[in-house]
Amino acid sequence: MPFSLYVLIFLGVPLYMVIHGALTTDAGHLTWANFHDTLASGTYRAAFKTSILLSLWTALLGAVFGTWLAAAIVVAPAESTLRRLITSAASVFAYFAGLPLAFTFIAALGRFGVVTDLFNDIGFHLYAHGFSITSMFGVGLVYVYFQVPLMVILVLPALEGLQPQWRQAAESLGATRWAYMRHIAIPVLTPALLGSTLLLFGNAFAAYATALALVGSTINLVPAQIDSAINGNVQVNADRLGLALGVEMIVVIVVVMIVYWIVQHRARRWLA
Amino acid sequence: MSTQVADVNPAAVPSVPEHHKRHREHHRMPAWRWIIFVAALIYFVGPLAAAVKYSLIDQHGHYSFHNYAQIVSNGAVRSSLYTSLEIAIIAAAFVIVLMLPTVVLVRLRLPRFTAVLEGVTILPIVIPPVVIAAGMEEMQGHAPAWVVNALFNHPLTGLTPFYVILALPFTYRALDNSVRAIDLRTLTDASRSLGASWLRTLLRVILPNVLTGVFGAMFLTIALCLGEVVIATLMLYTTLPVEMILIGQKSAGISVAISLLALVFTFVLLFVLSTLAGRRHGSATVRVI
Repeated sequence: MPFSLYVLIFLGVPLYMVIHGALTTDAGHLTWANFHDTLASGTYRAAFKTSILLSLWTALLGAVFGTWLAAAIVVAPAESTLRRLITSAASVFAYFAGLPLAFTFIAALGRFGVVTDLFNDIGFHLYAHGFSITSMFGVGLVYVYFQVPLMVILVLPALEGLQPQWRQAAESLGATRWAYMRHIAIPVLTPALLGSTLLLFGNAFAAYATALALVGSTINLVPAQIDSAINGNVQVNADRLGLALGVEMIVVIVVVMIVYWIVQHRARRWLA
Repeated sequence: MSTQVADVNPAAVPSVPEHHKRHREHHRMPAWRWIIFVAALIYFVGPLAAAVKYSLIDQHGHYSFHNYAQIVSNGAVRSSLYTSLEIAIIAAAFVIVLMLPTVVLVRLRLPRFTAVLEGVTILPIVIPPVVIAAGMEEMQGHAPAWVVNALFNHPLTGLTPFYVILALPFTYRALDNSVRAIDLRTLTDASRSLGASWLRTLLRVILPNVLTGVFGAMFLTIALCLGEVVIATLMLYTTLPVEMILIGQKSAGISVAISLLALVFTFVLLFVLSTLAGRRHGSATVRVI
């Protein structure tokens, strides 16, 4: 099939190059040293730590507010214009907005941003109080902007799966709202919520466009370290360290995906 | 989810009989729904409104369409826009040529490969773009000169094939959903038994029936190509998003203006898509996983 050949050349070859380069020395000998060096390096360890922390808190915040928002819009019929407007907007922000969002937030909350000006006018100087859109908190604030819509997209089908009959059955047996939530809705939704939160984590972990536009390749996130290792020419062996970092990123995401699949599998078994 | 508990109006609830309370819920939005709607409105619309204002102020501090006019009058921006549009259109067309026959073939003849295809098309999500870019750099460094000349010397040939790969998670699902929705076997059997060739069947019988999915796949590919910045930056190609970052370092106004247009453009594409798909079959939410 032409498709297999195409994927092999344009995805298989780059992937092979990354793994092969990460596992060899410049002389072509097999080695673990590149992995060892990246994991022993303080800079790279710090990059992994900030990347994971950033992904974690933006995923959790995105999950909470995304679920809340999804619960608020699930009552509208799937075919209604309101629903289609919201889900279209959510798709734009979740999948295609990395770069535009960076500039939107520079315009709003950058040093000379419109919202920053508004705060200045009421006498509260954001930047004097330590806020900066290029700080890790600022970058995370923009990440949440695409995490919440992604959560909405991911949990809407699960929320739609909550049968009204379950609620009626619970109420007819005298359950309060809270009892229904506690004993039926939350247990049924747990796998979907957990799985979606994992995907949000992976999404933030792999993302680079927003941070690149806001801060540049000096930000201490793993993708930025790969960027400067590959293009920066700072040290002799930097290329291979960059490739090793790349493999480590894939490993993190593969682990996330495996846990996601296990959770999904569980969910299907429960619902079957 | 426990926020649903907040749906209590303390003044009214105790005195209202149970059936009245439930009846009223259908007409009045509970507080927890109001709170999230207002919060979402502030968080999601606020920055966009700020960006609109920002984009309408020129470098002298006056209101004008200067930033928008720059998109066409600034040579660097315009040429990068052309590059990105070329990449987007060629990639969108190529995605269909590559994927539609594959999806149809797997559905009809090789159903046991469905799982493989699903697995392969999820790979671009598992492998971050920055890692794909690193692999491309390696490829460029190790490939024979003729490959470098043929592939990597121009953004059009250097990026388009890889953007097609990046778009796979979206395009496969868009196409597969609409192929699933038609009675593929009956259509092909009918067409073949009337003497049509495979190519003719694909173009004249299948294609018109899955147009929604085809448009969907093309829209999503275009949106992706116009926004992708990580691979283009690492490979040192000047596409529109790369130019936006470059020019944004001097004056963000133009980049903010382009960003807003890009968001509106993508939103309109996806909304049209959901309208098209909604008319034919159920939900049209873009979902990759």
